[in-house]
Amino acid sequence: METGRFGEFGGQYITETLMNELIRLEKEYEFYKNDEEFNKELTTLFNEYAGRPSLLYYAEKMTKDLGGAKVYLKREDLNHTGSHKINNVLGQALLAKKMGKTRVIAETGAGQHGVATATAAALLGMECDVYMGKEDTERQALNVYRMELLGARVHPVTSGTMTLKDAVNETMREWATRVSDTHYVLGSVMGPHPFPMIVRDFQSVIGKEAKAQILEKEGKLPKAVIACVGGGSNAMGIFHEFIPDEDVALIGCEAAGRGVDTPQNAATIANGSKGIFHGMKSYFCQDDMGQIAPVYSISAGLDYPGIGPEHAYLHDTGRATYVPVTDDEAVEAFEYIARTEGIICAIESAHAISHAIKIAPTMSPEDIIIVNISGRGDKDVAAIARYRGIDIHE
Amino acid sequence: MSRINKAFENGKAFIAFLTAGDPSLEKTEEYILEMVRAGADLVEIGIPFSDPTAEGPVIQEANLRALKNPVTMDAIFEVVENVRKKTEVPLVFLTYMNPVYHYGYGEFFRKCNETGIDGIITPELPFEEKGEWKEYSDYYGVDLISMIAPTSDERIKSIASEATGFIYVVSSMGVTGVRSNITTDVKGIVEKIREVTAVPCAVGFGISTPEQAQAMAGISDGAIVGSAIVKIIAEHGENAAPHIYDYVKKMKEAVSE
Repeated sequence: METGRFGEFGGQYITETLMNELIRLEKEYEFYKNDEEFNKELTTLFNEYAGRPSLLYYAEKMTKDLGGAKVYLKREDLNHTGSHKINNVLGQALLAKKMGKTRVIAETGAGQHGVATATAAALLGMECDVYMGKEDTERQALNVYRMELLGARVHPVTSGTMTLKDAVNETMREWATRVSDTHYVLGSVMGPHPFPMIVRDFQSVIGKEAKAQILEKEGKLPKAVIACVGGGSNAMGIFHEFIPDEDVALIGCEAAGRGVDTPQNAATIANGSKGIFHGMKSYFCQDDMGQIAPVYSISAGLDYPGIGPEHAYLHDTGRATYVPVTDDEAVEAFEYIARTEGIICAIESAHAISHAIKIAPTMSPEDIIIVNISGRGDKDVAAIARYRGIDIHE
Repeated sequence: MSRINKAFENGKAFIAFLTAGDPSLEKTEEYILEMVRAGADLVEIGIPFSDPTAEGPVIQEANLRALKNPVTMDAIFEVVENVRKKTEVPLVFLTYMNPVYHYGYGEFFRKCNETGIDGIITPELPFEEKGEWKEYSDYYGVDLISMIAPTSDERIKSIASEATGFIYVVSSMGVTGVRSNITTDVKGIVEKIREVTAVPCAVGFGISTPEQAQAMAGISDGAIVGSAIVKIIAEHGENAAPHIYDYVKKMKEAVSE
C-alpha cells in the first residue's frame, strides 16, 4: 500500500503551508516510535498517570440477561480524564514536546478530547488552545470550565454549523497561522497523513491489552469486537490488533440520530459517499453538490460528517462492518447498562452497547463479544434526563 | 500562447477574485465583466464550498452567502460560458477538492476546456497529490496552478520546476484576508523560483491597498486580491458594480506604476 494510504483512502489533501510540517511530523514520529526512551516515558505516563492497563471486565449480569454470547467490556471509561482520548493525547503531546513545540492546539466536540489535551498540556508544561463549536460550548459548559481550570484557553467557533467539523476547520486555520511552535493534537484517526496512522498507533494499546486479557481469561479470541465510530479512534484502537485474526468480526456503530432515513443523523457509512475533506479521501455525509452535510446525533462525540480513512478501507474490503444505531437505541442501552452492570457509560459508547444487546442473544454461550466502553457518562447524565423529559441542568 | 501567458505579457498583472453566486450568479457574471473593464488581467472565480478551510472570515462568509441559493457546478459553467463569449481574459477556478470529486474529475475538466477555464487553483492539492488531477488537466489543457507558501523552503524547487500557467505565491501564514503588513520574505521566495522556472509568479493573501499591491507586484509578476473585493460585494450586494470598477481600476494602476 502507498505510504499514507489505506487502499485509495487517506492522503494529504492539505495546504502547502502545512506540508513541510506534516513531513517533519512523520519523520519525527517514525524516529520516536522506535526510540526506547520515548516508549519508556509514554508507558510510564500510560501506567502511572492515565491508569493503564484498563480493565477487561466480564459483564456477567448482562451476559445472563441477554442469554447468548459472553460479554466483556473494555473499560476505557476508567482512564484518567474518563475516556480513551487520553491515550492519543499523551502520545502526541510527548511527541510534540520532543519536537521542541511549546504549544498544543486541539478541536473538541463534547469536550472529551479538549479536556484530555488540556490535561496533557498542564502535565507537560505546554501552552494550550482548544477550539470548540459555540453550540457545543453552550451544551457542554462544564467541560469548558474544566479546560480552563487546567490552564487552557477555549475559543468558541462561530463559523458554519458551530459544531465539531467547524472546530476542526478553525483548528486547521490556526495551525496554518502559527505552526513553528505549535502542534495540532488531532483527536481522531482522521485528517491528513500521518495523523490517521499516529492516532491509530497510540490508540492501539486498547486492542493489544484486550487481546492479551481475553487470551488470559478465556484462552481464546472473541467472535466479535464492537465499538462506536465517529471519526473512529476508539474503534480503530481496539480493532487494529485483531485485523489479522479473520475470525474476529469487527463491528463499528455509527450514530443514526433520529434514523438513517431522516436528515438528522451522522451515519457516514450508511448514508455518505466518497469524497475529499479535512485532508483525507474517505466517506463523508454530503449533498448532491459535494457540500458537506450538517449532521446530527444525541452524542456530540459522534456528531461528525466523516470517518477515518482506515475505517473506509476496512469497510470497502469487508474486514469490518458498520451498523447504524439511533438516539433512541443508544439511550435505552445507556439506561440498560447502568441498571444491569452499575456502569454509567458515555452516550457514544452506549451506541456500541446497543448493538451488543442486539446480537448477543443470537450467539452461542461459547462465543465472546468484547465491547469498547470508550468513555464514562457523567457528561451525558443531564442530557439523558432531558431526553426523558426531566429538566436537569448541570 | 495560452491566455494565462498573455495576461503576464504586458507589465505586471492584477488578478481579481470573487466567489461564484455571491450575491447571485447573474451578478457574478456582471462583476467579472466589470473587473475586466476596469483592467483586471486575470479573474479567479471561487466555487463555493461549505467548509473553506483556507479562507479567513470574509471569504468564508461569501461562501455561505452563495450557498444560501443552490449553486450547481453546471450553473457556474454557464456563467463561464457567457463571460467567455464577451472576453478573452484568462479565467481560473479556485476550488476545494470535494465539489470537483463529487462532480467527477473527467467531466469537470472536460467542461473547463469546453467553456474556457484556463486554470485551476486548489489549496487542497499539494505537490505530492498532484497525480489526483494531472492526467485530466493535461488531457484537457487546463493549467494546475501551484501554490508556494512562506514555509515551502526546499520544496520550492520541485514545485516550481513542474509549475504551469502561473505560480501562486502565498504571502503570509494562515488564511486569506486583509493584513496591515506582510512580513514574509516574498522577494527571496520569488528569487528561488526564478532559479528553476520562468513561469510568472503572482502574490496573494493579505493584499488590499494599492501600496501593498504595488510593492508585491514590484518583486513579482502580479498581485492577487480576494478578500478586499469580496468585502465590497458584501457591503454593496447587488449594487457593487461601480465600486468594484473603481477599486480594480485603482489597483491595476498601482501595479502598473
